[in-house]
Amino acid sequence: MDNVIGLAPWLVGFPLLGAAILLLGGKAADRWGHWLGVAASAASGVVGFILLAAMLGLPDDGRVLDHHLWTWLSAGGLDVDLGIRLDPLSVTFVMLVTFVGTLIHVYSVAYMAHDPHRRRFFAYLNLFVAAMLTLVLANSYLLLFVGWEGVGLASYLLIGFWDHERTNAVAAKKAFVMNRVGDMGLIAAMALMFATVGSVSFADVLPAAAGEAGPAGRLEPSTGTWTAIALLLLLAACGKSAQFPLQAWLGDAMAGPTPVSALIHAATMVTAGVYLMVRSATILEAAPTAQLVVVLVGGITLLFGAIVGCAKDDIKKALAASTMSQIGYMMLAAGLGPVGYAFAIFHLLTHGFFKAGLFLGAGSVMHGMDDNVDMRGYGGLSRFLPVTAVTMGLGWLAILGVPPFSGFWSKDRIIEAAFVGEGWQPWVFGTVTLVGAGITAFYMSRLFFMTFAGTRRWDDDHHPHESPFLMTAPMIVLAVGSVALGGLLAIGGTFTTWLEPVTGHVEHHEPVLPVWVITTLTLVLVLGGAALAFLQYAARRVPARAPHGSALTRAARRDLYQDPANEALVMLPGQVLTRTAVYADKAVVDGGWLGLAGSVTRAGDQIRKAQNGYARSYAAMTLAGVLVIAGVAGIAAAVTQ
Amino acid sequence: MFPWLTALIAWPLVAAAAVAASGRSRSGIPGPRATALTGALVEVALLVGAFAQFETGAAAEHQLAETYSWIPQIGASYAVGVDGVGLLLVALSVVLVPLVIAAAWREQGGDMTRLRRYLVLVLILEAFMVAVFSARDVFLFYVLFEAMLIPAYFMIGAFGHGPQRRYAAVKFLIFSLAGGLIMLAAVLALYFQAPADPTTGLRAGDAFLTDNLTGLAIDPVTERLIFCGFFLAFAIKAPLFPVHTWLPDVAENAPVGTSTLLICVLDKVGTFGMLTLCLPLFPEASRWAAPVIVALAVVSVLYGAIMAIGQDDLLRLIGYTSVSHFGFIILGIFTFSPLGTAGSSFMMLNHGLATGALFLVAGFLIARHPARSQLISEYSGLRTVTPVLAGMFLVAGLATLSLPGLATFASEIMVLVGSFEGSPAAALVAILGVVLAAVYVLLTYQRIFTGKPAEGLGALPDVGGRERAVAGVLVAALLVLGLVPQLALTYVDSPADRTVAAVEGSNQ
Repeated sequence: MDNVIGLAPWLVGFPLLGAAILLLGGKAADRWGHWLGVAASAASGVVGFILLAAMLGLPDDGRVLDHHLWTWLSAGGLDVDLGIRLDPLSVTFVMLVTFVGTLIHVYSVAYMAHDPHRRRFFAYLNLFVAAMLTLVLANSYLLLFVGWEGVGLASYLLIGFWDHERTNAVAAKKAFVMNRVGDMGLIAAMALMFATVGSVSFADVLPAAAGEAGPAGRLEPSTGTWTAIALLLLLAACGKSAQFPLQAWLGDAMAGPTPVSALIHAATMVTAGVYLMVRSATILEAAPTAQLVVVLVGGITLLFGAIVGCAKDDIKKALAASTMSQIGYMMLAAGLGPVGYAFAIFHLLTHGFFKAGLFLGAGSVMHGMDDNVDMRGYGGLSRFLPVTAVTMGLGWLAILGVPPFSGFWSKDRIIEAAFVGEGWQPWVFGTVTLVGAGITAFYMSRLFFMTFAGTRRWDDDHHPHESPFLMTAPMIVLAVGSVALGGLLAIGGTFTTWLEPVTGHVEHHEPVLPVWVITTLTLVLVLGGAALAFLQYAARRVPARAPHGSALTRAARRDLYQDPANEALVMLPGQVLTRTAVYADKAVVDGGWLGLAGSVTRAGDQIRKAQNGYARSYAAMTLAGVLVIAGVAGIAAAVTQ
Repeated sequence: MFPWLTALIAWPLVAAAAVAASGRSRSGIPGPRATALTGALVEVALLVGAFAQFETGAAAEHQLAETYSWIPQIGASYAVGVDGVGLLLVALSVVLVPLVIAAAWREQGGDMTRLRRYLVLVLILEAFMVAVFSARDVFLFYVLFEAMLIPAYFMIGAFGHGPQRRYAAVKFLIFSLAGGLIMLAAVLALYFQAPADPTTGLRAGDAFLTDNLTGLAIDPVTERLIFCGFFLAFAIKAPLFPVHTWLPDVAENAPVGTSTLLICVLDKVGTFGMLTLCLPLFPEASRWAAPVIVALAVVSVLYGAIMAIGQDDLLRLIGYTSVSHFGFIILGIFTFSPLGTAGSSFMMLNHGLATGALFLVAGFLIARHPARSQLISEYSGLRTVTPVLAGMFLVAGLATLSLPGLATFASEIMVLVGSFEGSPAAALVAILGVVLAAVYVLLTYQRIFTGKPAEGLGALPDVGGRERAVAGVLVAALLVLGLVPQLALTYVDSPADRTVAAVEGSNQ
């Protein structure tokens, strides 16, 4: 390991360099820029693979490494190194980000082939990879925050990539601002960490939360403090991972090109909140109340997203709702404590593969359908896009959790873990995850059937066709992952054991229901959801225009009124406040000073008249000044005597 | 030893004289622009020399010091010297001036006579700025504090583009004079606190030296009164809510170069004065006033940001963002934590770089508009027309919203985390400013650069080499200081410790 750890900075360095060259290179780089982007991402992946191999050669207890680069910020009692933490958790993310990321780079070469600004697109993609790797490799919350907002910037730039349409620019801004609402939590959490522990580095904060002595700040750490820190971190996680109540930006973020949705808004960036929770495991464990809130947020979001997903006709927005819901599962698992961490990350990994595959498939369908995203205008496309249909079909089976596909191994374990515990909690949480699985089966089957099954609903202007090899190849690779990755890593507990240096060893916990009952129930619900979707969207004709629908359907179509709620609660009061403030600044604050100046001038006028008009207008001010001087000096002199 | 600071103060005056005499004939003599730029770059070279002499290990001490008796009858000296904070602010002044000159290349509509006068004033102002950050004599500081107003007044009123430039200039002058006169009273009152010879009743010929006025045993009521005199002058300069109202008018009406120097450098005299005069000279009064000042600082943070969101005039908007940022700086100073104080000191530098970039890039933008409009609502869709300009504006904007990785982030997080120690409630409320900053920057970018190009703006030229160089220097500085903030923090860390120790020490 010692001989290869020096390569670690290049994980970030290659894509960062790629982004810089692409941005500053100008038009000269237009011809080869996209391949440079692919190469930069791939180079980072190679470094990641070397480090993974080296880490596998280390004993279990030697797999948490801090690699110091330089003193980043050291002043006023705060000491932060710019350094890299390599451990099974960060290396897992490195592999996911660089592997899926490189595939999506390749896909984009073809997908963006006709865009005049393809070079800029690849620059932003490289920037994203660099920021995402900074996020997961950071060895302190402060450096994590650099990556955290860095991916937010990349997301902003890519959602608004086609910002000649104002709506896309608005969606980009909405994402950034809502993320910043969450980021306040991370800033406040760091302030609290510094006040209690005197540090924001993982190596100091995390052991301190576990009750191990370390450097001390001014406050005595208590359960209350850790609860506050955990909840503030959760706020940040909610923003980044589109969890309730900061979920409203994700649907709009689909304004970005589809590869962006696949990489950033499905496979990697949006899962950063789950990473933050698992990374902060000891803090959560020191704050049981906060853990409960994490589970609640996850549970609410998984149902919220699932319900919304059932009503969306826009294929990308349906997938976005699904992403929200699946991250809800991961969040819930992370809140369950040690019993859930490994499964949260495991589901994050398998989801990264099958959801990226599904999004790339959606992009392929759009590519063949002249960028139409309305599934009511699809139907019977499997004949025209056979590769897309098969790869998406495998992703569909994976997200449904059908054995032996990837999602089965990860989601089923989360459902089992949710049933572990005492009192009312396992029953409620377990039921939520079970119901969620059923709804997931319904909306994902709906999406699949509306697109590929049934009869055609498009007119003769469309000529659906399969995508070029550069697009289908990444889809095939991801489909293989959707099929096999879960089983490969689950057998013998390979993945959970691998994560143990970070998540700790967990003894087996017996759920409140026997495991076979839970698995059977899950499969029955999944089958039921899929069958329902089949009856409605494959066996029957799908209306080309959406029917009026029930109140719930209409609410779900409008994302359960998240935007009107935000407008009423935040934006409208904000606009009123802004207008009032602008008026008051002129009328009251500035007006007050002008009034004061006016009265001084009038007093000056009186004196001027008495002196037959020698003084010029500002003399009045000077006079007032002199009077004040005399007054203050007099008082000062009087006091001194 | 070579008098680095005196050289740094005197050289711009020499350069100003050269500019005044330059290019009157057509005999191949360099024109005023080339002369001014050369002069300003030589000043940068002098700055490098001064940095080389400065020992960071003793950054809390005044170095490069020179002391000469000036008016011994009243105890005034010509005493200059800088600690780490002063040196960074001198550096900010010296670095921004050549950029402002380069950015002003086509100012004043090609009228070379007017441009010459403007550049002369810029260089004179530079001398005053360097001097005021180096002054170690309270009387000298006061004189410079007032003298700066003269070039600044003309740089607003005589060269501005806004229709109300004269009004803005007079408003600036009156606000500043009012503050200055109150400060004069405080300066005099402070002088009478200096120990006098018991027999003659006279005070020493160097009684005004800052060092001689530190640690005086002053009666609490008097100390508070004198503190208020100084603080009010600094608060107007900084500016702090509610005495900020001159600033948006100036930003709207002055040329962007003037605004850059005025708001990014000159206003720092306010926060610099709070840090280096108010706190060490009046520690007890500083603690006494802190709750009110911290509250006003937090109000400034939010108020400035909300006002910025509500503006349509781009330059006025940038002016208000500075009200918000000065709120952060003052919050860090008056919560008395070493981290927050160091953060504020660093932020004084970074705000100058980031807001300077924003002002100058906004100037490039406005200069391209056929009617020189400053109203955001008259722009649209320029990203497709002038992509490089759009990129520059966005990067400057991201620096203004303190994006991590840029220098502004390091200082803002230090202020927030540090002030949380001193006043958790204030820090938590101020964090809201982080969200508001995202709104005012990205909303502005959205309105100007996204969507379809507005009518008449479809064929504007993108930025040229000169403009790229100006923005490039500032962006590079923000990036380097963001990745290695330690480069600057070594200059402010120990002064921060010393200042906080002085305030806390008086509490024993």
